[in-house]
Amino acid sequence: MAVRSNIVGIDSPEALEKALRAAYYLADEGLATAAYLGLALGKPLLLEGAPGVGKTEAAKAIAAVLGRRLIRLQCYEGIDASAALYEWNYPRQMLAIRQAGDESIDIYGETFLIERPMLAALRAPDSTVLLIDEIDRADQEFEAFLLEFLSDFQISIPERGTVRAAERPVVVLTSNRTRDLHEALRRRCVYHWIDYPSAEREARIIMMRASSVAEATARAVVAAVERLRREPLSKAPGIAEAVDWAEAATLLNKGGARWPDAFKRSIGVALKDEEDLHFIAPRLDAMLAEATA
Amino acid sequence: MSTDLQLPRAARTFVSFVALLRANGFAVAPEQTTAFLAAIALLGPRKLEDIRQSALATLAPPPERRATFDRLFDLHFRGSEAIERAEDGEDDETVRLQEEGRGDEEPLLADDANESGLTATRAEALVERRFAQLSTTDALRRLAREAPRRLPRRRGHRRMRARRGPFADLRRTLRDSVRSDGEILRLGHMRRRQRPRKVLLLIDVSGSMKSRTEENMKLAHALVQAAPNVEVFTFGTRLTRVTRVLRLKRREQALSAAAHLVSDWDGGTRIGDALQAFLAVPRFGGYARGAAVIIVSDGLERGEPDALRDAVAKLSRRAWRLSWLTPLATGPGFRPQTEALVAIERFVDDLVDGGSSASIVAHVLALGRRAA
Repeated sequence: MAVRSNIVGIDSPEALEKALRAAYYLADEGLATAAYLGLALGKPLLLEGAPGVGKTEAAKAIAAVLGRRLIRLQCYEGIDASAALYEWNYPRQMLAIRQAGDESIDIYGETFLIERPMLAALRAPDSTVLLIDEIDRADQEFEAFLLEFLSDFQISIPERGTVRAAERPVVVLTSNRTRDLHEALRRRCVYHWIDYPSAEREARIIMMRASSVAEATARAVVAAVERLRREPLSKAPGIAEAVDWAEAATLLNKGGARWPDAFKRSIGVALKDEEDLHFIAPRLDAMLAEATA
Repeated sequence: MSTDLQLPRAARTFVSFVALLRANGFAVAPEQTTAFLAAIALLGPRKLEDIRQSALATLAPPPERRATFDRLFDLHFRGSEAIERAEDGEDDETVRLQEEGRGDEEPLLADDANESGLTATRAEALVERRFAQLSTTDALRRLAREAPRRLPRRRGHRRMRARRGPFADLRRTLRDSVRSDGEILRLGHMRRRQRPRKVLLLIDVSGSMKSRTEENMKLAHALVQAAPNVEVFTFGTRLTRVTRVLRLKRREQALSAAAHLVSDWDGGTRIGDALQAFLAVPRFGGYARGAAVIIVSDGLERGEPDALRDAVAKLSRRAWRLSWLTPLATGPGFRPQTEALVAIERFVDDLVDGGSSASIVAHVLALGRRAA
């Protein structure tokens, strides 16, 4: 297995961690190691974890570190090759045929090809990072099709021939684990399960992302959010919600609201489900008092 | 396994760790082993934690088995306490697996160390049932008539010609336009073909379901006859695949073959273990992927609710839709009472009445009209 040299200047997981921090992403050791190995071994990086733990953000930060454009392919049930690879611009082809009259014309030229994310990544492997987001939403056929793509990094377009990547593109896949991915797909990748960050790390993330938030506020939010995540909610607050909550509460506090009250009034930023709010309401005061203590 | 291959001494430790993982039920592919070695070469290894991180990233243990993975890692690289088998819960009655064409004494875990523990199972009350012949109920007739049309479908990958659809059929349009001197009079369309979804039926044949078992088997037979890709398993104290015998056209023949095949009629219930056993066989687990999974059981579990909950959670992540049909649910206001049903409630898509053939058929036929 050849080690690639496309990550110039980053020669260890620690170096990558540092570079990611400069891109405003705090990665723990496991993630930094997995990402570094993925880059160095030329394997796709598969990130799994609960919604809101920063999987997509990690891909963005990796793109920023490498100084590359991020191409995002959002998966959904029923996604197929024409949405992921390429599509012919039919109306344009029709027009061209009409205009050509008696002359011969190549309707499979570059001008008629609509590039979709995977083809775009293949054609510019050294300046892009391909993010295949929420792969668990796609169906099995797409997963099988992706398998082929990830093993050879080539696509054959019947009318034009095969497009092969000059070098292995950097690919990040994310999954919320709403269903188990195929073993074969997991085997192709370097895998990392992203957990919710530790309290210490989450407080640092909040302060990094929201400069107006005081440390005490960040810690209180983290304590409250940790409590909420232990409850059986339909949508537990992710990191983004924690950041927003800290910011919102700070804003209300500057407008004159007292502390526990500022958190309480901005709870809608953290919990975005009516049933969850209803479920938590009776215990919210005690929870916030405990968190702000 | 003897290897003529001379591994460098340094690599041996790591390769034997992979062997240890495999012995404990982790699936590790050869390419993952090479990636693991490459990762270690890349990182140094400077400290044990690096090796652990490389192992996690390249060998990808499933998150729910992370604790076992860590134990094995410490055991192998630190040499800690005596080996603990990852497959715990090996009491004296482990669910076993039976399949046509195999000895029914085949242990679930193909592992010599287990042989003794498995064969010493408690004497189960193995009662052979005789299926009495009842007239075909209306429900089954309805199933046979409507299943081909009404069972859930999924979009396939191939496209076919259609009057309307999201894709232009350029080829046909061009061919048509030749006839009219390059004038396009009609744009041809294509859409993706529909294919039937897999249906997986898991039937509880334990003592508490005794009154329903016969009806359920008839229903399973009707379903296998009516649809192309249905798989049927029975479970009680064992797990048995009965799909093949149910493919026999004549019902009495099929059911008496099933009666011989299944040996745990009217016995105890170990749903969790049975489902775990089902998931542990990759081929079977594959049946569940993207399928409409239907479990017919009252959820009166004698085993651990934890095993059941984990198995159902796993199954629901694989399935397109997971339905649990219980004879105890009789109305829309039904709240699960048994500990097992409470534990699994949040993982199933439907928890509905399975008390009569008519209600089961109605549910099966309605599956295709709901979005999961």
